[in-house]
Amino acid sequence: MISLKGVGKRYHGGFDALKDISFMIEKGEMAFVTGHSGAGKSTLLKLVAGIERPSSGSVLVSGQDLGRMRRSAIPYLRRNFGLVFQDHKLLSNRTVFENVFLPLQISAFDPREAPSRVRAALDKVGLLGRESAYPVELSGGEQQRLCIARAIVNRPSILIADEPTGNLDADYADAIMDMFKSFNQVGVTLLVSTHDESLLEKFRPRIITLHQGRISS
Amino acid sequence: MMAWLSINLHAFLSTLRKLARSPFSSFFSICVIGITLSLPTGIFVILENLESLSSTFSGSPEISLFMSRDASRDQVSEIEKRLKSEPRVSRFKFVSKEDALAQFRNDNEFSDVVSSLSRNPLPDAFIVSAKRSSDLEALHVEMGKWPKVEHAQLDSNWVRKLDSILKLGHVAAAILSILLGFALVFITFNTIRLQILTQKDEIEVAKLIGATNTFIRRPFLYLGALQGLAGGIAAWIIIEAGLHFMNGAILELAQLYSTRFALSNLDPKESLILFMLSSSLGWLGAWFSVSRHLWQLDSYS
Ligand SMILES: Nc1ncnc2c1ncn2[C@@H]1O[C@H](COP(=O)(O)OP(=O)(O)O)[C@@H](O)[C@H]1O
Ligand SMILES: [Mg+2]
Repeated sequence: MISLKGVGKRYHGGFDALKDISFMIEKGEMAFVTGHSGAGKSTLLKLVAGIERPSSGSVLVSGQDLGRMRRSAIPYLRRNFGLVFQDHKLLSNRTVFENVFLPLQISAFDPREAPSRVRAALDKVGLLGRESAYPVELSGGEQQRLCIARAIVNRPSILIADEPTGNLDADYADAIMDMFKSFNQVGVTLLVSTHDESLLEKFRPRIITLHQGRISS
Repeated sequence: MMAWLSINLHAFLSTLRKLARSPFSSFFSICVIGITLSLPTGIFVILENLESLSSTFSGSPEISLFMSRDASRDQVSEIEKRLKSEPRVSRFKFVSKEDALAQFRNDNEFSDVVSSLSRNPLPDAFIVSAKRSSDLEALHVEMGKWPKVEHAQLDSNWVRKLDSILKLGHVAAAILSILLGFALVFITFNTIRLQILTQKDEIEVAKLIGATNTFIRRPFLYLGALQGLAGGIAAWIIIEAGLHFMNGAILELAQLYSTRFALSNLDPKESLILFMLSSSLGWLGAWFSVSRHLWQLDSYS
């Protein structure tokens, strides 16, 4: 489902954030990307989500080469993904409900069924009672779960989450990990980054470790 | 189809909400657009009124040939012969001095004056029409030099001068319209740019989770078009009010001269053109504004 071959990413200014990355993730698999801060985890996830373009090599998602895709086709590709961003990217002037509603609005989802979809997603992350709150009124853990609700409301086949447990207490982090596990059990492919090794010991998922932009084992 | 309708309705409603959220600055931009548009539109309205005024006076322009008073019968019929053989002349009418005097006598105002005259002061005259009005000027000059022609008068001289001034006015108004049309696009470009800046995060997030450029543009295009339309309506109101006040003054003047004349305002078709143009220009300004922003976003990756 996701396949990288010899991928490199050089940012403006000539810095190589990723070098010669190759791996494959099957449909329905759950994989974790780990490494120190600055190792290139976010860059790798952005390449898979089509947010950054690879400087070399190829990134294939469901058989499509993202590096060769027309720019106008990228939005439609992104709708297959659920994205959880490291910096949340919640809209502060919209309520919890409206934040989760946004992806449905973008993909022209049937407006009569949208509200129940939004509530179902909020229910899964345990935010059903907070529909009319604004993001600033939520705790860090609740904001993180709101991001996840927004990522899953479109029922994506691939969920890409960048440090979804960053800065959270261990209890919160465990709850979110359980949530991901349950998504995976219903067939969602997961690609999650974390710098928290203790989480991995508990779940023992497939791990891709990055070190200074390269895969180390 | 339902989804498409709902997206557009949603975009439209959120546009209205945006306008309502900043009523003062919306009102301000609408006024600026209205004033900008009212200038060329007002000039067109005035030109149009002057045109209809000139056409009621001109009818078909004629040349009056006045013979000198000592011209003999033969000399008069010589002129008649020349007029018959002149290809540029469509028709002419001979008014003898006796006929002219009789006309004056029948006119109440002049009858007393005429009866007090000891001899006829009026000359024989020809009233000449040309086939094409563009020949009038040349004919007028040539005929003035014909023998025993005392004076040739082109009746519509001032009308034709007015016409050429109006033509010049039209060109000037067209240039002004184009310039102010650009100004309208720039004004919208800027107001939409400010709107975009307040919604930078929304645009970024929407793009990240799969919004097409069309989706992002839509509410801003509505905003630009709606603002342009409101500006067009403001211009319409300015012009109607202006004409209303001017007509008040003209009414007094017309009563003094016991004539009836009033400036006519924009007819429905012209109003519609004004509204369509103002909203399209607003739409265009918004399009440039969002496209520039999207282009800047795209050039990062
Ligand atoms: N947009 C960018 N422009 C230039 N350098 C960048 C950019 N994004 C990340 N980097 C650099 O690439 C390296 C990897 O960053 P990142 O992928 O964010 O790592 P991680 O998520 O593992 O902390 C870092 O050294 C970072 O400074
Ligand atoms: Mg990171």
